[in-house]
Amino acid sequence: MAETINEVQFSDAALAEMQRYISHYPEGRQKSALLPILHIAQAEFGGWVSPEVMDKIAEILDIQPIEVYEVATFYTMFNLKPVGKHVLEVCRTGPCCLRGADELIDTLKRKLNIEEGETSADGMFTLKPVECLASCGTGPMLQVRELYYENLDSEARVDEFLAMMRQKEHETPAWAK
Amino acid sequence: MGLKILTEHINVPGIETLEVYRKHGGYKSVEKALKTMSPAEVVEEVKTSGLRGRGGAGFPAGMKWSFLAKPEGIPRYLVCNADESEPGTFKDRWYMEKNPHGLIEGMITSSYALGANTSYIYIRGELMFILRILEKAIAEAYAAGLLGKNILGSGYDLDLHVAPGGGAYICGEETALLESLEGKRGNPRNKPPFPAVKGLFQSPTVVNNVETISSVPWIVNNSGAEYAKIGIGRSTGTKLISASGNINNPGVYEIELGVPVEEFIYSDEYCGGIWKGRELKAVVPGGSSVPILPKNLILKTAAGENRLMSYESLSDGGFVTGSMLGSGAFIVFDEEQCIVRNTWNYARFYHHESCGQCSPCREGTGWMEKVLHRIEYGHGHQQDIDLLVSVAKQIEGNTICPLGDAAAWPVAAAIRHFREEFEWHIKHPKEATAPGAVYRGQLDTVTA
Repeated sequence: MAETINEVQFSDAALAEMQRYISHYPEGRQKSALLPILHIAQAEFGGWVSPEVMDKIAEILDIQPIEVYEVATFYTMFNLKPVGKHVLEVCRTGPCCLRGADELIDTLKRKLNIEEGETSADGMFTLKPVECLASCGTGPMLQVRELYYENLDSEARVDEFLAMMRQKEHETPAWAK
Repeated sequence: MGLKILTEHINVPGIETLEVYRKHGGYKSVEKALKTMSPAEVVEEVKTSGLRGRGGAGFPAGMKWSFLAKPEGIPRYLVCNADESEPGTFKDRWYMEKNPHGLIEGMITSSYALGANTSYIYIRGELMFILRILEKAIAEAYAAGLLGKNILGSGYDLDLHVAPGGGAYICGEETALLESLEGKRGNPRNKPPFPAVKGLFQSPTVVNNVETISSVPWIVNNSGAEYAKIGIGRSTGTKLISASGNINNPGVYEIELGVPVEEFIYSDEYCGGIWKGRELKAVVPGGSSVPILPKNLILKTAAGENRLMSYESLSDGGFVTGSMLGSGAFIVFDEEQCIVRNTWNYARFYHHESCGQCSPCREGTGWMEKVLHRIEYGHGHQQDIDLLVSVAKQIEGNTICPLGDAAAWPVAAAIRHFREEFEWHIKHPKEATAPGAVYRGQLDTVTA
């Protein structure tokens, strides 16, 4: 993982993965790799993309920085400010609500002493309600990085989940393994 | 138990690996198509099958394929729409996770039929864990000579890649998906030109849903005519249904089209009835964008016949008394659920997911969310109900892409069938907003 965000130096594994995505597209269409590269950048720099990181991506793809900004601000998966160690993306859409999503969000707010969009005082958790995560049959649920945690339908299960996350280190992204 | 086309081997241990998949008949359609059939013959079989697009619109897949422009010297593309984001829909996610080679086999056979030498699976960014599963399976297919140059010695070349999105529902719309695949914001394109003429990189492109593409191998192996015998009427074949909400057995079920809705809800083979011993109140039968139907109309058509799980039966009577099969997302509401709150929830979803390109959608979805919010939270006015109907009408049909319709239909349908519930919320704000409050009228009212 890169040391500091100011340096904007991607790791060799990240750069190799970026080149792999670029190779999937015809010559001159390298901009098509922008979304996967933003995902890689976000994983590389602690879960968010700064303007400096976006500038670096523009350099890699040989496009204008504005082309990166307009994409990063459009898609909700890209965080544009620092986040906690674990971003809890809780599905709040209809089918999950039928099975208790509102209660799950309330429970997390109470236990972490934060509101939606905020990060807990210890920097451990950011609460980010999101729209449908295609897990309607196993709601209420949430996503942390690449993993889904489903059927969080009781306070005991939420406690169990939070305790597990407190012990959990960052997962190495699959492309860096 | 009905015929299983997509899920016959879904629970076989190791089916996600090439070795086990092939032991159970996997990739036979690739051998058959590439070695014994011309691309035109594959297209013809799909046309004969009557297979309709399984992403929601239900347009005949073979016909869509036949629209593809075929000028020489210009590449053609097949793009798989795996951006499944419609609330209630989780069948594609489930299928790709369980059976990645099923989709890859469909991509190869379909790409051959369309003359595409590079194809993409555009998968929603949230499903990165499934992207890893697909990429692993694709690597196996390359190693076995099922992808790459001269596949199985046939002379046909195909490269297949997976591309992640970034969390935007609008990218399920095919032209927004193509924009996103080109590394841009997911703003839908004006049509025409349609993707079949100018799609990805301005080249002829077919965009098909995961389930649609995954149905092609069976059709090639068994013939389009055999596929057309399954199902009912113009609803041929089988369909994956993702069932959620207040039922005993939420999950994904493969049904032969034509199963009675009542059987689907109450039989143990499928949903297993309403949870907690409660009564059925309503169903959204095809994903959040399609009209909600109260109990009486989801079980029976306006003519009093059994409502069936098919494109035609679920839409019987248009939107006055019917709905749509859509993507096959079947969301069930028990008697304890508040329709106003649910409608507000979906309005918030569509407001959040509007790309902002068209004013009626950008502004209208926000108005609907705000008005519904104030009704739900006890600050509504009687004229708000007609205001909602008016705003929904002004959005519907007035936007570049169908997201406007998708936002308007649930609101209009909720008011059409549950107007009394909205009125009750406005007249009794304190009762309506109390914890656990639910309007219990109209459950047995015939609204047709």
